[in-house]
Amino acid sequence: MASAGAALKKAFFAAFVTFGLAFPIVALRTDANLSNQLVLTERWPLAFGLAGIALFGTLLLEMLGPAIRARTASKTAPSTAPPHPFLAYLPRLGLLLLLAFPFIATGIAAAGGPGVLKVMDNYGIQILIYVLLGWGLNIAVGLAGLLDLGYVAFYAVGAYSSALLAKTFGLSFWITLPLAGILAAFWGLLVGLPVLRLRGDYLAIVTLAFAEIVRLVLINWVPVTGGYAGISSIPKPSVLGYSLGSEPTGLAATLGLPRITFMYYLLLALALFTYWVTTRLRTLPVGRAWEAMREDEIACRSLGINTFKTKLSALAAGAFFGGLAGAFFATHQGFISPKSFEFMESAIIVAIVVLGGLGSMLGVAIAATVMIGGTELLRELDVLKAVFGGDFDPAQYRMLLFGLAMVMLMVWRPKGLIATREPTVRLTPEPRRGAPAAVAAE
Amino acid sequence: MDYFVQQLINGLTLGSIYGLIAIGYTMVYGIIGMVNFAHGDVFMLAAFIALILFLLLTQLLGIGSLGLALLIVLVLGMALTSLWGWVIERLAYRPLRGSFRLAPMISAIGMSIFLSNFVQVVQGPNNKTLEPILSNVINLPIGNGSATLAEKQLLIMVVTAVLLGVLWYVVRHTPLGRAQRACEQDRKMASLLGVDVDRTISITFIMGAALASVAGLLWMTYYGVVSFSDGFVPGVKAFTAAVLGGIGSLPGAVLGGLLIGLIETFWSAYFTIDYKDVAAFSILAIVLIFLPSGLLGRPDVEKV
Repeated sequence: MASAGAALKKAFFAAFVTFGLAFPIVALRTDANLSNQLVLTERWPLAFGLAGIALFGTLLLEMLGPAIRARTASKTAPSTAPPHPFLAYLPRLGLLLLLAFPFIATGIAAAGGPGVLKVMDNYGIQILIYVLLGWGLNIAVGLAGLLDLGYVAFYAVGAYSSALLAKTFGLSFWITLPLAGILAAFWGLLVGLPVLRLRGDYLAIVTLAFAEIVRLVLINWVPVTGGYAGISSIPKPSVLGYSLGSEPTGLAATLGLPRITFMYYLLLALALFTYWVTTRLRTLPVGRAWEAMREDEIACRSLGINTFKTKLSALAAGAFFGGLAGAFFATHQGFISPKSFEFMESAIIVAIVVLGGLGSMLGVAIAATVMIGGTELLRELDVLKAVFGGDFDPAQYRMLLFGLAMVMLMVWRPKGLIATREPTVRLTPEPRRGAPAAVAAE
Repeated sequence: MDYFVQQLINGLTLGSIYGLIAIGYTMVYGIIGMVNFAHGDVFMLAAFIALILFLLLTQLLGIGSLGLALLIVLVLGMALTSLWGWVIERLAYRPLRGSFRLAPMISAIGMSIFLSNFVQVVQGPNNKTLEPILSNVINLPIGNGSATLAEKQLLIMVVTAVLLGVLWYVVRHTPLGRAQRACEQDRKMASLLGVDVDRTISITFIMGAALASVAGLLWMTYYGVVSFSDGFVPGVKAFTAAVLGGIGSLPGAVLGGLLIGLIETFWSAYFTIDYKDVAAFSILAIVLIFLPSGLLGRPDVEKV
């Protein structure tokens, strides 16, 4: 092999670089001693270990390189083939799974897994909230192409307004839910009005700044928001006098179901509502204007579309669903504080939308399940504890791996998991799967 | 009056640090049109590297002279942080060049999450507090009162000024700077004319990281405390500074940094400290809305 020497050289270079990266920050750990002075703990084996991993990893990659490159080359070739038929059934399968989830969770708990409430809360509700948020943000980022890095602000507006309305005026959840959505949409308009003339990257930064301002106001406006202490004992929704919450007198507990079953179904209903509205909106003129604008703004303007109004409507529609998610979050947790609305949340939601494949509802749902479910799963992995020793805490690595996964997924599939985009309107009938309904619109 | 001058000194010190970070944003944006979201976290990482190197030199190797220790930390820290900058660009951004618009930005956000959590994992979540160094003050008599200028403040301003001079010379008068300016104007044309575009971009990232490293060292000297979450807010403020000065413009980044530092300091001094970050973020929004090309930036012409 002629390239063996080159591969070895590359591997040693990688090891050397890795050691350089690891030298101060990994090999020497700073800790405060008893008299509160910083002292260094030496951890050279760790740094050398990382360099070793880099050495053998690069060698392995170099040896397998040609095979991998051949495979990715065939994959990245622009595909005109229709999507895998499995994808067509996936939404229905997913829906079935979601409807049956409380019973599956009961099964997992009975089979010796973690408690049923924990399974439902950590996987069911947690993932679905991010699916809902992802679908909401998908309207702005995926459909209209407006990078909104401050989506969490609308989530916060929804959560705080519904909590405050419920606690101050004693309004029921069914009234505060739409109000939270409307208020969030209103804030969407308010942010959008001045900033939508800006280019994409600038819009991202201004929305980020807006979200930070909202969070700082929530922290500092103590008389209204309670500051860091937040708002607690937010009432649960009820139907005909039966509470849907998890208290022992609630409807679910009375019927002998897992206690948060109805909260779960409420969230599922909200998510499906979002899905339904979005798919409808896409076929309306405004939805088509969003997608056209995403593809080419200048062409859009020259065709007489008012891009300013179009952008504003996309931002407000996305914000509306963020507000709904916030209202649900507030009533489900019963407690909200600024801690839940940090920039990291916005970043996670944007990551889900982009990794899912901009504009693909199914992709967003899959990305939310993988990213959120995957990181939640890390908490459970006690196996790792056995491998790395007792004080190894896998939960610590959650966000680390999340960030790494974001980078790697972007590098691996820059267009997201589901990159094939189904056009909403076709001029000619689709070759294989045939959807005549979509043609008639013109 | 003395209070005012004191705040002016504090503001200029803080502004110098913001300016150094802002240059990293503005150079990268100028050359590849991307908001390098991870830059704030590179700065935080650099502060940690500076802290560790400083402890290594003074505690384990027993270097008694503070000046010598700081000088070694400065040089070695710049080298190590540049290595990080180079690796990040190589692994997370270069494969995405020519990809769709949002891809590098998402990758950068992922990198930012990775870096802050990486530091949290390897260094622990606690604040790292160092005993104050270079705290001797020089008294400046003003009217019937006096303001103080700490040695470290003087150090920060001097180091920033010297580095900016060097950077200005590199960008204006060396072949490398010429290549950078060529790539900034038209990457395709530059590569046709024999400029190694990839290498130039790499060097831009390295230069940004090196300046962030100096900012990290100065931050560590000034505040004496760093934590893994310290990248985000200074990062956003430095980006604000870059935008305020006109993104893509080097003097603009410095001017913006100084202005943001001054505004923040005076806001805290004369109004309320609670909303000082709100002030900085509001300025960002206001500038972008009313002056999208910043103070010294060129207006952005939309080409079809």
